Order: sequence, then structure tokens, then C-alpha cells
Amino acid sequence: MQLGTRGGLAVAGVVLLAGVVVAFALGRYPVTLIDLVQVLAAKLTGGPSGVPAVAETVIWQIRGPRVVAAVLVGAALSVAGTAFQGLFRNPLVSPDLLGASSGAALGTVIAIYFSFGVLAIQASAFAGGLLAVALVYLVGSTMRGGDTVLVLVLTGVVAGSLFGAGVGLMKYLADPYNQLPAMTFWLLGSLAGTTASDLLPLFGPILAGTVVLLALRWRMNAMSLPEEEARALGVPTGPLRIAVVAAATLVTAASVAAAGIVGWVGLVVPHLARFLVGPSFPRLLPTAAVLGGGYLLLIDTVARTVSSVEVPLGILTAVIGSPFFIALLRKSHRTWS
Amino acid sequence: MTLPDRRRVLAGLAAAVAPIPGIAQETVTREAAIRDSAGRPVPVPAAVARVFPAGPPAAILLYTLAPDLLLGWPRANRPEERAYLLPDVGSRPEVGRLTGRGNTANLEVVLQLKPDLILDVGSTAATYVSLADRVQGQTGIPYALLDGRLDAAAQTYRTLGQLVRREREGAELAAYTAAILKTVGERVASVHAERRPRTYYARGPRGLETGLAGSINVESIEIMGARNVAGERRGGLATVSLEQVLAWDPEVIVAIDLDFVATVRSDPAWASVTAVRNGRVHLAPKLPFGWVDFPPSVNRLLGLWWLGKVLYGDLFPEDLATIARDFHARFYHLPITAGQASQILAGRG
Repeated sequence: MQLGTRGGLAVAGVVLLAGVVVAFALGRYPVTLIDLVQVLAAKLTGGPSGVPAVAETVIWQIRGPRVVAAVLVGAALSVAGTAFQGLFRNPLVSPDLLGASSGAALGTVIAIYFSFGVLAIQASAFAGGLLAVALVYLVGSTMRGGDTVLVLVLTGVVAGSLFGAGVGLMKYLADPYNQLPAMTFWLLGSLAGTTASDLLPLFGPILAGTVVLLALRWRMNAMSLPEEEARALGVPTGPLRIAVVAAATLVTAASVAAAGIVGWVGLVVPHLARFLVGPSFPRLLPTAAVLGGGYLLLIDTVARTVSSVEVPLGILTAVIGSPFFIALLRKSHRTWS
Repeated sequence: MTLPDRRRVLAGLAAAVAPIPGIAQETVTREAAIRDSAGRPVPVPAAVARVFPAGPPAAILLYTLAPDLLLGWPRANRPEERAYLLPDVGSRPEVGRLTGRGNTANLEVVLQLKPDLILDVGSTAATYVSLADRVQGQTGIPYALLDGRLDAAAQTYRTLGQLVRREREGAELAAYTAAILKTVGERVASVHAERRPRTYYARGPRGLETGLAGSINVESIEIMGARNVAGERRGGLATVSLEQVLAWDPEVIVAIDLDFVATVRSDPAWASVTAVRNGRVHLAPKLPFGWVDFPPSVNRLLGLWWLGKVLYGDLFPEDLATIARDFHARFYHLPITAGQASQILAGRG
């Protein structure tokens, strides 16, 4: 089953829309649908809503920012994953391939180790992700000869393992009563703490990276070709590769800074999108963005509603993502390439 | 180069294999075996002069009973913590931890420190019992595992007193501990269950980590009879959403993070919580050791008085600074001034 551009995008849009409606309607704090509609109407008309102030707080200060953050992070990870799968010509690639997630994780645990505040932890995570990929790229590009993509991938694997060891070391050194649980919770991934003021610093990098990737989507088809053929078609593969890696890293690092490590989204959603609209990037990328936003939003809604205690987002995306992925592989192995 | 005589080599090998049971046999005869909290017989030498603490709770418990025996600290004390401890003991070196979440102590280093006893205080679950047996078998050093629960603290003091031959001090601290637990217990029991405040325990920079029912983190809050809003489930630490906190709408928030307490009072998202509206967000003091949560040792006894005031107000009319000064003199062996006491109570540092 492959739908045309319109059809596939429409399906993704419906998922996102359904996600937004469900996410606003559900939550641990009871807000009735009537109250919800009144609060929204009051915002539009500018009049008083007549709803208790707590319900307004829940919708505008807690649920709203979280819905926006889930959509942004989901879209960003999916676009980055799609771009990476094309760039590395491998359907098993996720956006943390070059160490963005593990670098951001190291930045996070270092900041927690030194008892920084929330904002500084996020900044440190973001910087860690960017630095990690920059380092991988620099080291990779100093290697002579051979397949540069392969060298990049291997350097990324090495760096990811090294940063993982760094995370382990910081956990080992951390205070076991206070810092260690904080590190563990942060790395498991969660949007529980999202506030309205978190959205602006998240918006910037994610929007910038996503726009760059979407703008490059016409050229990305050429990336899937062998390098000589792409060059013959007049596509400058080197600069294009740098641009894609930089943009994907920007959004991945920002996502980890905001939500911790949320695996599987950047791996599963590109396949889902490919299942809907086929492998051509001009159609694939926008679909992946919209679908990814809805996908993570639905999962986050489950994470925050099923019990009084939050289910870590990273665990839920893995539990839902892995069987999903297997099923998808069985059905759609022909839609790749 | 002369080759060693074959018989001597064999004898040496035999000695290398045999000596540990041999020595153990010899020492057992002149040792008294004392049963620890897990019911394990711990062979203790006649004189105990050096004790290795397996983790922070053990170090604190031992410091309060017999500071001179403490070999070192699982983690070196920070300057602000040292200010409230005996100078020569508070500054003893970092020796790592032997149990709990991950070992950082090296067994060879432990042996080199020549402890007469390894002391572990905390859970007496099978994991820790087997760990105690393993370390004791491997090193030949007696390893005592004592119950770290706050309501078992009196008995733990008596057992530790016997283990390190300080029965008198052990009995004194046990009596004082039992008196605290009895007093607060009686007062709390006089409050009808429905009138005990619904309390949220906030951890982490965002205040969204909390302790579920039965977790060691909320043990003192539960002893104080507060209704833990997150207590509908059993477990350890967990993350909750702010929406859930609003739905619980706690009357009191007990927090340990300075940043969180500073921001929660002005954060619009928290503004509608009853505890925030009524100014009942309280930052637990944490010097020299945490008053409410960690390390989970006898330091939390003093925190019970603080919690009593925070939760029940008039029911605990005593002056906290006076109680803190008395506690410091008895347990931390270093009197503090009224100024220091109010500094500690402010929760900063």
C-alpha cells in the first residue's frame, strides 16, 4: 500500500490531529471536555472562561507546553532519522548514529554531577551533543581514502561507546542517593518537566534544523546513489553531507536536552512514512515530520496518563517501537530502495 | 640459581591453600560471636579499634556512637559538612563504599586499612546478606549487617554497642533514640488520620521526583504519619507529572532542592497547589547530613522534630534550635552555637 503525496501526508496529518485532540482531552488532572472547549474559546475571544483557574493552568501551563514539546521532539527526531537513513544508505540508522545522543547524555550527567540548575543541564546536554558530532566529523574527515561514509559511521560507533563509558563513569562517581537517580531519570527520557519557558530554546534549534532538512529534501535522493553517480548528476555530495549532518545533529541534541534519550522514534517513524509514501525524499520528509509529531505525542499521552507515576518515555518508545518495527520489516521490506 | 626443594614448594603450596581456615579456627576460639540484624553470627575480636564503614549510613551511625573507630568516609566530607563534625574525624580520608549501589572500595585497600570489623547499615535483604557473607569469607574480616530502618535504630545502637565494645554509649543513644520515636509517635497518634496533612515529597531540580509508599526516601515522612499523596502505590523513587501533583493537591510540600523551592513559589504552574498558596513548601535542612531523606541513617532522627513542626505546627511547640543543639552535642559530639543552629535550619549550604 502506497499512497500518493497527498494521501500519505493526509494520513500523517490525521494521526497528528487525533494525537493533539486526545492529548488535550486526557490527563491526570480531571478537565472535562466542556471546560476544555470553554478555555479554548475564551482564549480565542479574549473573554473570561468561567472555568476554575486550575483547569486553565493545566491546559496552558502544563498540558499545552507538553503537547507542543512532544510534537516538536517527535517531528525533529523523525526528520533527522529519515535524513540519516538516506545519507548513510542504511535503513537501520537512527539520528544518534554519530554520537549526538551519547554526547548529549554525557553533557547531562556532567551537569547533574555538578548540581547545575535545569536550564544549565539542558544547555550542557545540547552542547555535549553538538561537540560530540563535531568531534566525530573532524576525526572522520582526517582519515584518508576509503568510503568516507563508512569511516564516519565507524568513528560514530567508537565515539558513542566512549561517551557511554563517560556516562557510566559519572554515574559511578555520583552521589548514590541524590545525583544517581536524577541522572537515571533524566536519561530514561521524559517530558514530565516541560514548562512554557522551555519551549523557546527548544523551538529555535529544532525549527532551524528541520527547515534546513526540508529545504534539502530535493537533493537528498541523490545521496542514496553511489558518490560518483551523484557527482555526475551535479550534486555536491560533500557540502550536502555536512549540511544534513549538522541539521540533524542540531535537532537531535535539542531533543535530548528537552526530553532525555528517546530512542526508536527516529528509527521507526521513517519506515512508517516510507510505508505510506515511498522512498522519495521530497514526499518522505514532510510526511515523516508530521507523522513523527503525532506518533510521539500519542506515546507521551500514554506515558503521562496510564498511572499516577510517569512511565519513562524512552522505555515506552522502545516497548512500542520494537514489535512495531519487526512487523513493519516483515511487511514492507520491498518499499526500501 | 638453585632450584627450590620440591618438598618445600609443596609445603608452601599447601600452606597457601590452607591458612585461612586455620587462622579463622584460631580466632573464633577467642572471639565472641554476636548476631547481627540478619541473624548472622559475627565473630568479633576482643578489642575493636578500627572499623570500615561499608556505606554512608554505616559511617554516620558509627560516628555518632564511637567516632574514634571510624577509619574513613565512603565519600570525603565537604567543608560545610566538616564544620559540624569533630575536626580530626570529619577530615578522615575517603575510602569508598563497599555496598549499596555499586562498589567503589577496593578489597585490597580495605585489607590494607586493617579493619577489625566491617560495618554495613541498611537493608537486610538477601542481596546484602549474601554480600556480607562473601566479603567476610574473602577477607576474613568480620562483617556486621545492621538494620538501617529508623524505627529499628534503638536496637541497632544496642547491637553496635556490643559489636564494638561500647555497650554504655550504645545503650545511652538507644534510650535517647527510643525516647524520640516514642514522643513523636504518641503525638502523631493523637491526630485523627483524616486530619493528618496530605504531603508531597519533592525531589530533583524540578520537584517532580517523589518517593512511593514504603520507599526509604519517605520513611521519616511515613513515621510522622503524614499522608503521602504518592503513597497509593508501593515502590521506590518515581517521576510524576505536574498535572498529577495538581490533581493530588497536597497541603504540605517537603522539598530538599534549594533551586526547586526558590522557583516553585513564583512559578504560575504551581500557583494553584494548596501547599504553595498557603506557604507550606518547606526546604529540609541538610547539614551536616540530610534531615529527611539521605543518607538514610540516624541523622533523620533530628529531622523527625522538624517534620513534626512542618506537618503539625502547635503539636510540636519545642524550639527546634534548642533540640538541634542538644542533638548535635549528643550525636555529633560537637556543640553548636545558636547562630549555627539557625543557619542549619535555614536549609542553605
